[in-house]
Amino acid sequence: MGHETPAGDLRLANLTKRFGVFTAVDDLSLTIPQGSFFALLGASGCGKTTTLRMIAGLEQPTGGQVLLGDRDIAGLRPYKRPVNTVFQSYALFPHLDIHENVAFGLRRRGIRQVTDQVERMLALVQLEGYGRRKPAQLSGGQQQRVALARALINQPQVLLLDEPLGALDLKLRRQMQIELKRIQTEVGITFVHVTHDQEEAMTMADTVAVMNAGRIEQLGAPAELYEYPATAFVANFLGQSNLLAGDAGGHSGGDVLVAAHGSRFSVPAGRARVDRGPVFLGVRPEKLHLVGGPDQVPAGHQHVGGVVSDASYVGVSTQYLVRTAWGSELSVFAANSGVGGQLAVGATVTAHWDPRHAFVLPRESGADDQTAPLLDEPPVGVAS
Amino acid sequence: MTALAQLPTSSGEPAAAPIVRRGRYKLLPYLLLLPGAAWLLVFFALPLLQLAAASLYDPSGSLSTGYAMTWAFGNYPDALQAYWPHFVRSFAYSAIALVLALLMGYPLAYAIAQKAGRWKNLLLVAVVAPMFTSFLVRTLAWKTILSDNGWLVGLLRDVHLLGPDGRLLATPVAVVLGLTYNFLPFLVLPLYASLERLDYRLLEAANDLYASPLRAFQKVTLPLSMPGLIAGTLLFFIPATGDYINAELLGTPNQYMIGNVIDSAFLVRLDYPQGAALSFLLMAAILAIVFVYLRKAGTEEVL
Ligand SMILES: Nc1ncnc2c1ncn2[C@@H]1O[C@H](COP(=O)(O)OP(=O)(O)OP(=O)(O)O)[C@@H](O)[C@H]1O
Ligand SMILES: [Mg+2]
Repeated sequence: MGHETPAGDLRLANLTKRFGVFTAVDDLSLTIPQGSFFALLGASGCGKTTTLRMIAGLEQPTGGQVLLGDRDIAGLRPYKRPVNTVFQSYALFPHLDIHENVAFGLRRRGIRQVTDQVERMLALVQLEGYGRRKPAQLSGGQQQRVALARALINQPQVLLLDEPLGALDLKLRRQMQIELKRIQTEVGITFVHVTHDQEEAMTMADTVAVMNAGRIEQLGAPAELYEYPATAFVANFLGQSNLLAGDAGGHSGGDVLVAAHGSRFSVPAGRARVDRGPVFLGVRPEKLHLVGGPDQVPAGHQHVGGVVSDASYVGVSTQYLVRTAWGSELSVFAANSGVGGQLAVGATVTAHWDPRHAFVLPRESGADDQTAPLLDEPPVGVAS
Repeated sequence: MTALAQLPTSSGEPAAAPIVRRGRYKLLPYLLLLPGAAWLLVFFALPLLQLAAASLYDPSGSLSTGYAMTWAFGNYPDALQAYWPHFVRSFAYSAIALVLALLMGYPLAYAIAQKAGRWKNLLLVAVVAPMFTSFLVRTLAWKTILSDNGWLVGLLRDVHLLGPDGRLLATPVAVVLGLTYNFLPFLVLPLYASLERLDYRLLEAANDLYASPLRAFQKVTLPLSMPGLIAGTLLFFIPATGDYINAELLGTPNQYMIGNVIDSAFLVRLDYPQGAALSFLLMAAILAIVFVYLRKAGTEEVL
């Protein structure tokens, strides 16, 4: 199998797509190394599917290039591209049975002996024995796995996956993730994987890109994005963050000074995206720790005081909301490791953190604290 | 329907009520069938029986002397022997017309269903609009178009596609063209209906899976339009085979189809047994062809 086309990285250069006056993908440039696992995260409607469609050749870019190796494939018809797609809508052929659906790509390339490969693929997605059924006779999750098998069997140079596991239950999704990752590493296919599941993106991908309104907000290794987000959008899209509105006042030694809500904080210069003007001081909820008073704060840590306004026990951790003196709420995750007891609502506490875990982001002047937990974005590490 | 029947009924109904209700709902489909079934019985089954009886009357009888039922099965081979060329011609003409109609109708239905955008409804009306005038009037109009002094024949003679004395009217070409034109909407409408439901994303998926546009058509579009294609070809072929107006108005006795023979048997020669026997032979032939066709085309949706 495999293709004779010269292998290489997938490169998008100034890729733009406009629908009328609406810009769905805006001057997108990125490089996805050959054989790597690239995850595309972003809110609904931000242009993920449109980007994949341009790579697949199903949408003509308004501008820019799609390069595979050093070949511009933007002019190639979809069926000439060594690219396959797992469609968000599955798009299974209703008149063909599952076996023929999966065999479709192989047959179009003139391969006659397909049965063994198809059987193996169906086993991989745990659908042995379903070969003779029609798509309409399968559940949504089963159909999704057929869509996966139908694309995967071709072992293309680039596989585009548009939320390929969205309809599966947690256990099956984890199993499929492991299988996908295994295939990706074994065969060396470049995966471009669109998902809403942050944990999926973080655990599987070599590189994660967070997209917002047609643009890439930040791109990097999962840990890098999580530990040092570049924008407030990323800080809150990937996991949660407590963002305190403040003003940066330049350097002091190796630190950047931030004044916020009447207190002064410092952050290592390497963790500040800007050092002057309106900024957010950010700390992840699990990097905040609660103690009874300022005297218990470890040396070198910084702190704010407050009152516990809510405590929700979620098994592995307890999530507290701490109301600060100026009225904002901080979100704090305390691991239920058995050290220290539960805090009651109404308790006066001090939240402290290591400045090396904080980060400083640019802020539009006028933007206030963004510290309340986002209800619809479950935190990373908690089952979604 | 059963779900409805199992809904708890309003207060005070005894527990046994749902069972009674379910029984009534079971009958409902048959009750709904009743008017149609009665209509079919009176206007289709009974006349058919009468026609079957007539086909077995003594052929030496006449309307004035009356017919005797003599179970004259010989009427069938006699009729076939006398008019088999008309049978062959009928099927040949309508088969050629069907091919022409498919060549025009499939692209037309496809374009209207998938590419027409906001012109869709207008184009559909354009397909149906000719039906607003009578079949007869439309065929007479074709007579004018194809006439020896008409512009079409003049044009064809000028470009030497027709000889100086060549004509269209009163030729098989005219009859086939008339059939093609008159029954085209019956082919296009069912085809349109199934192509309209075709999800373009399936074609994208096929393209993504290495199918060229031609292959995608062959492997996805065509099979998915099969129900409409089958319905359309039947709706075209059956009436076209039995038609006699086109041959009558656009052809000569040399182009007469079996419909013309049946027409004259009943209305000119007043040979009822022969007319009835020919009608049954035509029906049997069409049924046989349809049966074989559906077997070959073999879609679950139709059979
Ligand atoms: N054919 C089209 N015509 C006009 N607008 C379009 C078209 N296709 C997509 N859009 C718009 O482009 C934007 C991006 O769409 P896209 O499908 O890429 O979103 P997405 O990131 O995949 O979202 P989701 O996570 O919901 O699948 C949306 O605002 C959408 O309304
Ligand atoms: Mg999408």
